[in-house]
Amino acid sequence: MTENIYPTEQLKCWGKAKELREKYYRDYATAHETGGVRWAGGANNIDPILLGLGDDVHGLTGEPYGATVAVDRDFAARCHQAVEEKGYKRDVCAYMRNYWGSILIDEFVFGGPFPKPDFLWQFHVCCSHAKWYEEVARIEKDVPYYCTDLSAGFYYEWDEALGQYQPAPKDYRIQYVVDQLQEGIEWLEKVTGRKYDDEKLIKAAYNYFESLSLWAEICVLNKAVPAPLDEKTMFSLYVFSALQKSKDEYVEFFRELRDEVQDRVDRGIAALANEKARIMSDIQPPWGFLSIFRYLEDFGCVSVGSYYTFCLMGMWQIEKDGTLNARETPQSKGIVLKDREQTLKMLADWMLSQFMSTLFYTHKFKSDIMIKIAEQWKCIGAIMHYNRGCEGLTLGVAENRMALMEAGIPVVSYEGNMGDEREFDLAETQGKIDAFMESLGLK
Amino acid sequence: MITAGIDVGAKNLKVVLLKDNNVIGKSTVLMEMDRKKSINEGLDACLADAGIRKEDVDYFVATGAGEKSVNFAQKGITTVTCDAKGVTALNPSVRTVIDIGANEARAIKCDGAGKVTDFAVNEKCAAGSGAFVEAMARAMEVPLEEFVELSLKSEKSTPINAQCAIFAESEVVSLVHEETDRNDICRAVHDAMAGRIASMAKRVRIEEAVAVIGGVAYNKGMLASLKRELNVDFFIADDPEYVGAFGAALLGAEMVNQN
Repeated sequence: MTENIYPTEQLKCWGKAKELREKYYRDYATAHETGGVRWAGGANNIDPILLGLGDDVHGLTGEPYGATVAVDRDFAARCHQAVEEKGYKRDVCAYMRNYWGSILIDEFVFGGPFPKPDFLWQFHVCCSHAKWYEEVARIEKDVPYYCTDLSAGFYYEWDEALGQYQPAPKDYRIQYVVDQLQEGIEWLEKVTGRKYDDEKLIKAAYNYFESLSLWAEICVLNKAVPAPLDEKTMFSLYVFSALQKSKDEYVEFFRELRDEVQDRVDRGIAALANEKARIMSDIQPPWGFLSIFRYLEDFGCVSVGSYYTFCLMGMWQIEKDGTLNARETPQSKGIVLKDREQTLKMLADWMLSQFMSTLFYTHKFKSDIMIKIAEQWKCIGAIMHYNRGCEGLTLGVAENRMALMEAGIPVVSYEGNMGDEREFDLAETQGKIDAFMESLGLK
Repeated sequence: MITAGIDVGAKNLKVVLLKDNNVIGKSTVLMEMDRKKSINEGLDACLADAGIRKEDVDYFVATGAGEKSVNFAQKGITTVTCDAKGVTALNPSVRTVIDIGANEARAIKCDGAGKVTDFAVNEKCAAGSGAFVEAMARAMEVPLEEFVELSLKSEKSTPINAQCAIFAESEVVSLVHEETDRNDICRAVHDAMAGRIASMAKRVRIEEAVAVIGGVAYNKGMLASLKRELNVDFFIADDPEYVGAFGAALLGAEMVNQN
């Protein structure tokens, strides 16, 4: 262990974060007791639309649930067994298998039987997303299912003059998504029997923009030395936008967190008292083995974030000089949302501009952003997970690695699985980290 | 100044003793379940070879998969770093090191001073390691030495599964039942393993000169397959299985000098 040189403090809002997360899952499980509605679907969604049905519409997003199962390795093993007994292949999405397995063994990882949703509201982001809930609808016995396709095209274009990507939104692409959302709202009214409230949609949309922008703002604060947050902690914080972006309590939490992190920066409070070097990671970690991030700390090395942690639930803009900043919200630009069509257009534009969606069109965009992260967050290397559990986010990972190496950023890679411990070897991974730390002069 | 490098491998322990950077003793023993006993036996054998006592050694550096078992070592250093140091001390023109041991294979990119610039290690699968070839030789019911000789007689490429030793063995059994030429089966095993290792080595972007170290560097059949894959000539050290321990002892000497 290296010498402690910075003061540290526990996050003051940590307790609130735990309460908020517990409430999220409790609200979903008990929604019917208070006359509420349950919906289930992916985390990468436009959830303000659901709040047009009322504040008592409670969601269960699949990816954070799958990750939570992964942390409980015994529970996950029972899920995998149940799924494999039904004949599903073990090389498909590990979150999906953890989710299906919970239904099949009829156990909610937080206790009790698995709560059946009233309807499924999904966005087809990666190759598994639509099939995930199509299968849930079948296993859960005819749960109504609506899926919005997002394969509208690559949102950005390479700007030769600036030497970087810049947004290039196309109206017809945005309209492709908006038309599906308009149909989706009619479908929601039909399956829930509720009248849709556009005022509630607009209020939730403002929250959606602010939550996603606030998370990026918090990540920007982590450029500071010492880093006020370590990535293991960030995993527990970004997730609130993966659970629910658009309710008041979530945006309020992010405001409070932003203020606290700013205060830590101002006072020089470190996540890691012995920070002497910073690295970044890449995509989802093996959730059952987050100890690898603590292992780094023995070398005075802190992982300050990643493309995944920053961009999955953060909205960004690339300044002309290449600086990555939180995306300005419509409200901060003085835009007033007046009706459903305008609001849906704005929401669709934000969804299509999400950095994470670019993976499905080119690996070059992500490589460019990763190099910017390394430079701006002062990372001397990267640790990359070749994640066998996610066929979507691993697209282009090997190319990203080569791009970083060519930019002079050392990389160590390890194989594993975000949700299935059978494909991860802790000792071997620690051995690779040892060698990487030695090569960086940190051991 | 005398330093010791102790490489605790998955199958064999290798010990090298250096006096003023010259090798004065070396030994290897099979690793048993009682790791500490094997480590002491290996060290005793090396001390006897050098004609010195343990107290004469100024600095011990441990490396290898069982590095942490050497509780008397002043320093533990990873195999990747030790390999690069050891190879470049023997041949400063080496820029890529391919180390194939019993349990692991790794490819290392380094500069002329032995500083590691990139590396890749095979994942949890025996199909990239010496254990794979030994298992296949057992499946063919021939000693390893004969297995190698048979493979060198083959002029035909026969694809088999290179991903998993278990599946590969069942494929070898199938080939035996299909009465495939034994020479071709032996070569197929080396080709499969070479394919895996070459793909891993390419991840670090191979730059010549390329050294192959580790016990499998004695396997001429494997080297022939690897050469077909990579189309480069290899630098093979005189005692390729000792290079990691040698590098560890050299790094130990550097540490003593720094202090």
